[in-house]
Amino acid sequence: MLKYLFAKNEDIPAGSAAVYWGFSAIVWFVIGTGLGSFNAAKLAFPDFVTGSEFFAFGHMRQVHVHAVIFGWISMAFGMAMMYITPALGNTRLWSEKLGVWNAFLWNVGLSLGLTLLWAGLTSGREYSDFIWPIDLFIAVFMALPLAINVWMTILTRRTQGIYTTNWFFAAATFMVIIVFLTGNLPEFFHLTGLTEAYLTWWFAHNVLGLWITPVAAAIAYYTIPKVTGNPLYSHRIGHLHFWSVVVFYSTPAAHHLMSAPLPEWLKSFASVEGVLILVPAIAFVSNILLTMQGKWNMFVENLEIRFTVTGVLLAIPLNMQGGFQQTRAINWYIHGTGWIVAHAHLALLGFSTFLEAAAVYLGLQSLMKRKLYSLTLGNMHFWLLLIGFSIYWISMTIAGLIQGAGKIYEVPYIDVVIAEHPYMIARWIGGTLVFISNIIWLYNMWMTARVGTIVPVGRMPHEMAYER
Amino acid sequence: MNFREYKIGARMFGFALGGSMCITLFLPSFDFRSAVSTETALDKQLTAGWETGWNVYDPLMLGHNKPLKVLVKTDPKSGQPLAEATYAYVYNVGTPLPNGIDHPDNLGESVEKLSETKGQIGQKTANGTVYLIKHEGNVPYIENATATMGWTPDMVMKGASDSDISHAGAGKTLFVREGCWWCHTLLPEQTQDWQVFGAPPMLGDFNGESPTAFGSDRKAPDLLHVGSRNSSREWMMLHFFNPRLVQPHSIMPRFDYLWGKVDANGQKIDYAKWRTEYDEYHAGKRIDPPDVPMYAKNSEIRDLIDFMLSLK
Repeated sequence: MLKYLFAKNEDIPAGSAAVYWGFSAIVWFVIGTGLGSFNAAKLAFPDFVTGSEFFAFGHMRQVHVHAVIFGWISMAFGMAMMYITPALGNTRLWSEKLGVWNAFLWNVGLSLGLTLLWAGLTSGREYSDFIWPIDLFIAVFMALPLAINVWMTILTRRTQGIYTTNWFFAAATFMVIIVFLTGNLPEFFHLTGLTEAYLTWWFAHNVLGLWITPVAAAIAYYTIPKVTGNPLYSHRIGHLHFWSVVVFYSTPAAHHLMSAPLPEWLKSFASVEGVLILVPAIAFVSNILLTMQGKWNMFVENLEIRFTVTGVLLAIPLNMQGGFQQTRAINWYIHGTGWIVAHAHLALLGFSTFLEAAAVYLGLQSLMKRKLYSLTLGNMHFWLLLIGFSIYWISMTIAGLIQGAGKIYEVPYIDVVIAEHPYMIARWIGGTLVFISNIIWLYNMWMTARVGTIVPVGRMPHEMAYER
Repeated sequence: MNFREYKIGARMFGFALGGSMCITLFLPSFDFRSAVSTETALDKQLTAGWETGWNVYDPLMLGHNKPLKVLVKTDPKSGQPLAEATYAYVYNVGTPLPNGIDHPDNLGESVEKLSETKGQIGQKTANGTVYLIKHEGNVPYIENATATMGWTPDMVMKGASDSDISHAGAGKTLFVREGCWWCHTLLPEQTQDWQVFGAPPMLGDFNGESPTAFGSDRKAPDLLHVGSRNSSREWMMLHFFNPRLVQPHSIMPRFDYLWGKVDANGQKIDYAKWRTEYDEYHAGKRIDPPDVPMYAKNSEIRDLIDFMLSLK
């Protein structure tokens, strides 16, 4: 892949950039979940590997978070954008070379940033932990080239309208740059105090709300109609989804700080807007599930559809939690507990990951014109991922409820730690299953690239039979 | 351009996103700007200095270029005993100043006014600066003691014994670097934490602090007032070296590596031996655990413990 960095744009085969992004994403997923499993082991067994700051929990936690968000999820997004955007515009990617360079710079920037984080060089701000030079690198050399490629591909499209997926791609690539530059203002200009605290959570909320959630949903808007052959149930509902994301999802940042001394009007406003996130959520879920009409057999038979629909179904508890857990009535109980950790994993490892995994499966097979190497391994990936995630989510939700009870009944904190111990072990087992599933996936995709059955021109991979 | 048919949509998008940014960024900025520093905020920013996250003055986050908080019992200039011992914040030459000194408008209106007129914080001093926190009525303000009384960093440091010097500013950097805030919050909640962890912070408690490092995922006790609950340096020392020495069920990592290479007597610390002996103790083959080495004065753990004890 690196040989294309210095090739002429027209000499680079279409889809090269997407394949580079896709494999990078899977590798980051293996790394990120491996770190997650290691961290979970340390929470269950604190004397597991001690004595060095490089294996201390406080040095590794943020590396896990950023490896999965910016490595796995965001690079899977990049992969999806590199092949879905041109496909929906009936054209080629605006610049394959820029796409390859972009993936390269993404890997370089992320490796550098994660290494620094691992050494403890951090801004000390959750989710915007990267130091400001890395933040600038991300905005200028990682996010901006992606936005340029997506926008130029849409502008040079050969279709009349712009399909739902591409509205989201265009808007999200633009918004994530704004979010990065605004959310890190405290680091660029040394803003302090409550402004710093609030902007930390303004960033954390919006990087999820204006980048991860809409792009993940946009991917489902492509994969479901593409694989089932059904047209999207309703473009009007798609409109509702898009506009309500922009209006409602961009405003509730303050609901992350309900127990901090922020202005009360801001907390109340954020809380109401937070419930209104249910509008895009319901629009999205209903639109996708209704698109499945008459093709529900594919939920069982087709791997990509199974991944996508599972992700969409997980969006239901995700948004029910998300909409209501930030209201004062519930937030006082579960704030700062494992419930929130479970919710975050439901969003990123449940909802979002399943949608992106489908896009990576579909994209890599289509672009490499190779049928998936092994359905059995694909099924193992799906089930280990789902079971591992479920164990994690359920155990952390229970642990969170225990912590909440401990909090309001003023139980000595150490008793809460003791009560949580079994759930910490369960979380580690769940996380390890996820890690193992991803190693299987990486092997399966690698073998697909090497020895997968060749898909004839004009056919879709899912139309072919599996050979193993 | 092929977006022509999306003219209305593009404008609506700009309007929607701009409106959202206006409500969530522009409007709250008035509230944040109107926050007036409390004494806690002045103490925190004078103790921690300019920045305790990553910054160009401390690129490896070793706690360099930080002020010292010194308990002053005698007037450093005249040598006369003070009526009441007071804390002085010593900024040697080159130590970056906190936001409240560089940008006094961050202090909030009344505090800013007093700090500038009575506290003379705008005065430039050549050989470093010593700051104090003073009050007029209920209003705290910062005083530049170098300008008002001629106290220089050298004089203050000369009269101070090591136990009067707190490295809490460097300690806050380590608190951030070591990720303590991934499990320990600095934010008792407004609803139910009063009894156990103490009073929640107030609106003006944060002016000038960066990063605030509230923490969001509480896997361990809140630390905002930990120095009031437990002020034992010895307990802190055992707990940091291996939390299981004082709390068998703790899941906190060991921070023994913050001791560095040598102990207070300059002897090399033999970690491998300590671990073997601890494992024997854990397995029931020893009655007592091995002794925790006394940390050196300039070790990182000293800074971190100073920070813990400063959290009153």
